[in-house]
Amino acid sequence: MTPILQLEGITKIFPGVVANDDIDLTLNEGEILALLGENGAGKSTLMNILYGLYAPTAGRILVRGEEVAISGPQDAIARGIGMVHQHFMLVAPLTVTENVMLGDEMVRNGIFLDRRRAAARVREISDAYGLSVDPSALVRTLPVGVQQRVEIIKVLYRSADVLILDEPTAVLTPQEVDDLFGIIRNLVAGGKSIIFITHKLKEVMALADRIVVLRRGRVVGETTPAEASEETLANMMVGRNVLLSVEKAPAQPKEPVLQVENLQAMDDRHQLAVKGASFTVHAGEIVGLAGVQGNGQTELVAALMGMRAKLGGTVRIGDVDVTRASPRKISECGVAYVPEDRQQDGLVLSFPVSDNLVLNTYYRKPYAQGLSLRRKTIEATAERLVTDFDVRTPSIDTEVSDLSGGNQQKVIVAREFDRPIKLLIASQPTRGLDVGSIEYIHSRIVEKRDAGAGVLLVSSELDEIMELADRILVMFRGELVADLPAEGASREQIGLLMAGAQNQPKQQVQEVSG
Amino acid sequence: MKRSKQGRRNSTHPILQTVLAIVTALILGGILIVVSDLKVISAFTRIPRQVAVPFTDPTTQISLEEALWKHPNEVVVGDAVRVGKKDLRVVEEVSNKDTQISLADARSLYPELGPGVTIYFGFFDKPLVGLKAAWQSVKVAYVALFEGAIGNPKQMVRALAAWIEGDGSLLNRAFYPLSESLVTSTPYILTGLAVALGFRAGLFNIGGEGQYFVGGLTSVFVGYSLKGLPIYIHLPLTILAGAAGGALWGAIPGILKAKTGAHEVINTIMMNYIAFALSDWLLNGPMMRPGGYRPISPEIQSSAVMPRFFGGEIRFHAGFFVALAMAALVYWLLFKTTTGFELRMAGANPRAARYAGINLTKNIVLAMSLSGGLAGMAAANDITGLIHYMPNAFSAGYGFDAIALALLGRSHPVGVVLAALLFGTLRAGATHMQSVAGIPIDIISILQAMIIIFIAAPEIIRSIWRLRRRPLETETPAAGGEATEGAQA
Repeated sequence: MTPILQLEGITKIFPGVVANDDIDLTLNEGEILALLGENGAGKSTLMNILYGLYAPTAGRILVRGEEVAISGPQDAIARGIGMVHQHFMLVAPLTVTENVMLGDEMVRNGIFLDRRRAAARVREISDAYGLSVDPSALVRTLPVGVQQRVEIIKVLYRSADVLILDEPTAVLTPQEVDDLFGIIRNLVAGGKSIIFITHKLKEVMALADRIVVLRRGRVVGETTPAEASEETLANMMVGRNVLLSVEKAPAQPKEPVLQVENLQAMDDRHQLAVKGASFTVHAGEIVGLAGVQGNGQTELVAALMGMRAKLGGTVRIGDVDVTRASPRKISECGVAYVPEDRQQDGLVLSFPVSDNLVLNTYYRKPYAQGLSLRRKTIEATAERLVTDFDVRTPSIDTEVSDLSGGNQQKVIVAREFDRPIKLLIASQPTRGLDVGSIEYIHSRIVEKRDAGAGVLLVSSELDEIMELADRILVMFRGELVADLPAEGASREQIGLLMAGAQNQPKQQVQEVSG
Repeated sequence: MKRSKQGRRNSTHPILQTVLAIVTALILGGILIVVSDLKVISAFTRIPRQVAVPFTDPTTQISLEEALWKHPNEVVVGDAVRVGKKDLRVVEEVSNKDTQISLADARSLYPELGPGVTIYFGFFDKPLVGLKAAWQSVKVAYVALFEGAIGNPKQMVRALAAWIEGDGSLLNRAFYPLSESLVTSTPYILTGLAVALGFRAGLFNIGGEGQYFVGGLTSVFVGYSLKGLPIYIHLPLTILAGAAGGALWGAIPGILKAKTGAHEVINTIMMNYIAFALSDWLLNGPMMRPGGYRPISPEIQSSAVMPRFFGGEIRFHAGFFVALAMAALVYWLLFKTTTGFELRMAGANPRAARYAGINLTKNIVLAMSLSGGLAGMAAANDITGLIHYMPNAFSAGYGFDAIALALLGRSHPVGVVLAALLFGTLRAGATHMQSVAGIPIDIISILQAMIIIFIAAPEIIRSIWRLRRRPLETETPAAGGEATEGAQA
């Protein structure tokens, strides 16, 4: 049987960068092919070529044994290739049906939209693959997991046989991930073929029929879950031996460094996003704040950092009440902060590395003398930090926008970790980073804990929380629904709490007060 | 991955790109001059009056002149007229050897041709004629532009030589154009700095014009109303008064933005109109020159007049050095001080700036005040250095040109000074070009506009000059770009 899709010798050269280097890839009908690789390995470039967004420098694409030229997404769709993007392309105020129709409208009498027929088709697709999506629901009312299914319906509606899923689990809860895997299996059972792009090893092991690993634009290995282990995959991806788990001693919590009582804050739409959170972080422990994106963690952290008005409650750092304090005052209390959106909040991309390393200390001695900046001191510090924290940059004068994501994060970590701190608030510190950088940042966080700092680790990656935290808080719809020791907590239990399940035994859900 | 080889992300150097933008604009401007020049057009389309020889044969032909004398207004070349029982063909008489070609040549072009007839060449018959005319047209225009802007080099050398020998009389005339260019550049430097400083702080100050007007009003008031002060107090005070007036006018939209979020673009535009009306009212009322009937202010005191260095027509004054000093000061402020660091950080990424503990409100008001102050100082400079009073029609659009200057200078003080010198020279030279070459002064506005377009859309320049494009990001930047480096340990 001819494979449904073959890529032969695909090479894509951007000026100065070989993004794809002679890649061969075969997708058989009814197969789940996992494309595994770190950020920058060339996965997205390859899929964008397949989807017609880039033209390959060399190589050819065969669909069912026949060579095709794909010059745009329309072409790709016409050949039965559909893509579900990592970032959804949905119009929030419209219904599911309207979103699905968009760009491929069914019409009556030439001009009128035929919503009814389209809705019937959506329902049909939904039922056929067990997607359970209501065609008349407004997209903005749907949870993220369901929105993703709308994206899948969009692709199926256009009669795709090959579905490319680009990092589909990044935004999902563990339960939603399981649901998605079920759906993917249904799709395959229904005769579809899947290319599943990811850098998460567990998912690959759980789902794939076949695994292709990319590194630096080349195919470095092909295997199956039966033959491979997470360790071998990680090593293939990174090209060296990687420690998948952090070694850490049991925590030795001391005095409280962060005390939050009944904190309330709004989100940007003026909805109450943090509904009375109370918790404590002690020196020498890592408190993990788990929760699916969008349940108020972002607002909670912004309120803690003085970036968002507090509607009520108090925040104390050490002995100081910082409820009304400015971000600078809070930082001067000994709080280091690794923001969730590193490019937006943590760095000035057009500034050189050196300036970014003193972004919140520039006004103090020894970096400033009165009004004037002491460039020499700043540069000396920057050179030291770049070496100490292993930031890979051509020079300290390079603009931060020219660094890789991992190195950008290292710039922030270097800046925040270098000063004496009592409390570290790290929000999604490893999002989008490669295995090597994750390993590095995790070990640095544990180091800070062992040096006596309290750590509040906010992450939507359950694995990261399970890995690092000594105590776990779970946030759901703006409330802290659990506060439990990490030891003895199971993934399933936390996952259910993240999804809002209330059927937990009472003794495990202890609200901390006082 | 190949980052170390890649170096900086821009493969085209900004300075090279700016230079190419200017060159391209000058070339396109030249083309514009050529196609709008009637002489060139006729040289291209109908290269005229090439007459086949030999001409008038009195036995069969009559010259047009003669025919017209006999039959006024009735004959054209080619007609037959009856003269003394003979039918004679009317031909154009040509006596100038330069405009004649041989009958053989003419026949090779037009086989049917008889002698004595006017023929016209198309461009492709004699391409050099058209090209020469075009070249001549551009040359005359740009030489006039250059001489109007910098001066005639030969004259300058001669004047200098005479001066060395003790005769300074030629200097004024020879260096007048250069002086005018520098004088014109002065307000450009200051208003350009004003907008550039705003840009650096992430603010779009369109209100330079209004700030210039208000700065003019405050400085002229201090200049004429205070009496009996020595120059070393009165002059700086007058300049500072202008800066203060501009700063106030800039601060208002700054405060509005900081406190209410009202966009500074809208508000600075509105403040412009208020400034124009305010100046109208003041100059027709409280500040009107006593005993006059025109809307102009009184003359400033002689103690508030900026010193000039040379006598006669040379208007070059100390204000130029004030402007350069301000450029140096702005450079120091932006790049060497904590205040500048804050301004630039707030401009480049306000969210990160807030996280880093910067007070954005304070920053916005400060940046707008400084920006307005510079624009106001430009007005004070013009009043103390050039005109010594405030007329109703005061500005030549400096506040608006300043936006283009800041863009061209890439919001860097040095860049702004160079851009201002370029604009000032072009403006000063344009006047001369209009009188000598008959090229409308507006061509300069078109040149300036083209330069700005090429700066703003660098792709155009890259494709015209076939420059290498900068490498694309290989992965979505949102995901953090390439991250393999971290794994190469």
